[in-house]
Amino acid sequence: MAGALDPKPRDWALALPLAAFFALFFIAPLGLLVAISFETERQMTGTLGLGQYAAFLSDGLNLAVLRDTLLVGAKATLLCLLFGYPLAWLCTKVSARWQAVLIFLVVLPIVTSVVVRTFAWIVILGRHGIVNETILALGLSAQPLKLLFSETGVVIVLAQVQMPLMVLPLITTLQRIDPNLESASRALGAGAWRTFFKVTLPLSLPGIIAGTILTYTACVTAFVTQSLIGGSRLLFMPMMIFQQAMDLQNWPFAAAVSVIFMVSVLLIVAMLVALSRSRAARLYG
Amino acid sequence: MSQSAGHALTLRGISHAFGQVVAANAIDLDIRPGELVSLLGPSGCGKTTLLKIIAGFLRQTSGDVLVDGASISHLPTNRRRIGIVFQNYALFPHMSVAQNIAYGPIAAGRPKAETDAVVSEMLDVVQMAAFRDRLPRELSGGQQQRVALARCLAIRPRILLLDEPFSALDKNLRLDMQIEIKRLQRQSGITTVMVTHDQEEALGMSDRIAVLSRGNLEQFAPPSDIYDRPASLFVNTFVGTANLLRATVAGISASGAAVRLADGMVIETGRETTLSVGAAVLVAVRPEGMRVSATGGAGAIGAEITAVMPIGPALIYEVTLIDGSSVKVVQEREADAPLAGPVFLHLKPNRITGLFPDHSGDTHKKGN
Repeated sequence: MAGALDPKPRDWALALPLAAFFALFFIAPLGLLVAISFETERQMTGTLGLGQYAAFLSDGLNLAVLRDTLLVGAKATLLCLLFGYPLAWLCTKVSARWQAVLIFLVVLPIVTSVVVRTFAWIVILGRHGIVNETILALGLSAQPLKLLFSETGVVIVLAQVQMPLMVLPLITTLQRIDPNLESASRALGAGAWRTFFKVTLPLSLPGIIAGTILTYTACVTAFVTQSLIGGSRLLFMPMMIFQQAMDLQNWPFAAAVSVIFMVSVLLIVAMLVALSRSRAARLYG
Repeated sequence: MSQSAGHALTLRGISHAFGQVVAANAIDLDIRPGELVSLLGPSGCGKTTLLKIIAGFLRQTSGDVLVDGASISHLPTNRRRIGIVFQNYALFPHMSVAQNIAYGPIAAGRPKAETDAVVSEMLDVVQMAAFRDRLPRELSGGQQQRVALARCLAIRPRILLLDEPFSALDKNLRLDMQIEIKRLQRQSGITTVMVTHDQEEALGMSDRIAVLSRGNLEQFAPPSDIYDRPASLFVNTFVGTANLLRATVAGISASGAAVRLADGMVIETGRETTLSVGAAVLVAVRPEGMRVSATGGAGAIGAEITAVMPIGPALIYEVTLIDGSSVKVVQEREADAPLAGPVFLHLKPNRITGLFPDHSGDTHKKGN
């Protein structure tokens, strides 16, 4: 950073309160969680081993829950991207006044409680909800569709609830793209689509990746939305951990499941980060 | 580069308004094939608006843009075949030099072999063959400009537009690139329109200059005419330095008007005027159209030196006239040149660039 002074040794002290907070309330509990996951006995007798991990990984049903959770997150993230990208693009094309209105609408869901939003969706997606009434009225289907308590419903609601996490980084990235680049592309004979796919899209990739990481991690861990919209028949990892810990009081197993879930999500995030690093290295050195 | 005949570009009655602001007011320009024309004016004069209209980025409120007599106003930018080099070059940052240059030919659906040939040719034309696999951020400003130019020429544009092409370059490089672009433009014979606010750039490079002010075309003429025979007071003061001597019209004859200067002296201007005898007039003279000396004589105007700046071979004077107005003079540095005190100002023959109506005189306040 040009012009920035090197921090003096004692300047680091300014970060200490936050560091202490993190150590006490984040690092320590995480360490505890990992430690507990190695307890082989449910009663936590102190016998250590990999029993809990083996128990989880050897059961096909558990693996199916993990797969479903990662997949539902991927689907919701993809939906966010498909709907969020045009919205973000629109935000950068309209006048400053309309941009403010659009960004306000995008951010609006964040200021509402996730529980309230999810209940609203139950009303909308239910058998006699707005969506089904409309579909029946239009004669698009003879029967009401099963949207609530289905994976489709979970994906739709997750996408809406987490949309701001996708749209905001995209707006930031799209705004940073020099508008002359699109003009140059047009002047060189490229149509609107070629300009989009060859210039705008590749240059917005950092925003796509940032938005994807935020949305994905939020979607796979969205306990409230997954449970309320998915209902009792659909089981996802956060609910599974909750049940093991709170209902069955099997803390070591819940801890092991948590660690496995965390590592799986981190692996996916790491892949996305690596992808964005290689792009960023090429673009900005 | 293939020696293609240039194309004619015509602007017919182009007007454009942004809300209430008129950026272009009924502009007519006939640009001949192969000509390099500068649109010159201060910021906000409408020159960039005109460039955007020619490129198709903006649709004019009224008027028509024609290439070789055929209207292109209805065509979108990507079908006009008009190349543009942006002020910031606008190279695609995620593509190599070669990929940037190949962008146009690929978009036009040229076969790969032809595209490769064009890329190599253009790299040679701008002497950037050694940099073909570099990314734009790995290039200097001048190199980026060469690539931008090559990328633009690769589509064999009918018209080349340059938007403030040298403003991002440092001074030494600027002259090199000016010469380079002038050479390429001459070689290819491509009709070129350059937007600039830098008068030296416009004077040095252009075949003709269109001077714009507040959306109006003030004058469209070769550089020497713009400098020596400005059509308006605006052109006279915007291009080059102008000294404006306050006077009244003393007489009008076939050879031009005679004016009475503030100290009562009457001089023949050799310029015609539409003003009538007795009208207040500003007599425009360039700094090099006058001479300061210690000795008087016929037609010499009394003055007082306020500052002298010796700059290499030249002396720049600022002198104050009897009416309080100050005048700048540039002349050769001679051994006996006066450096202070009362001096005489001599107007060189036929060096008055124009007579313009003086509206400030109405108030009888003669300030500077």
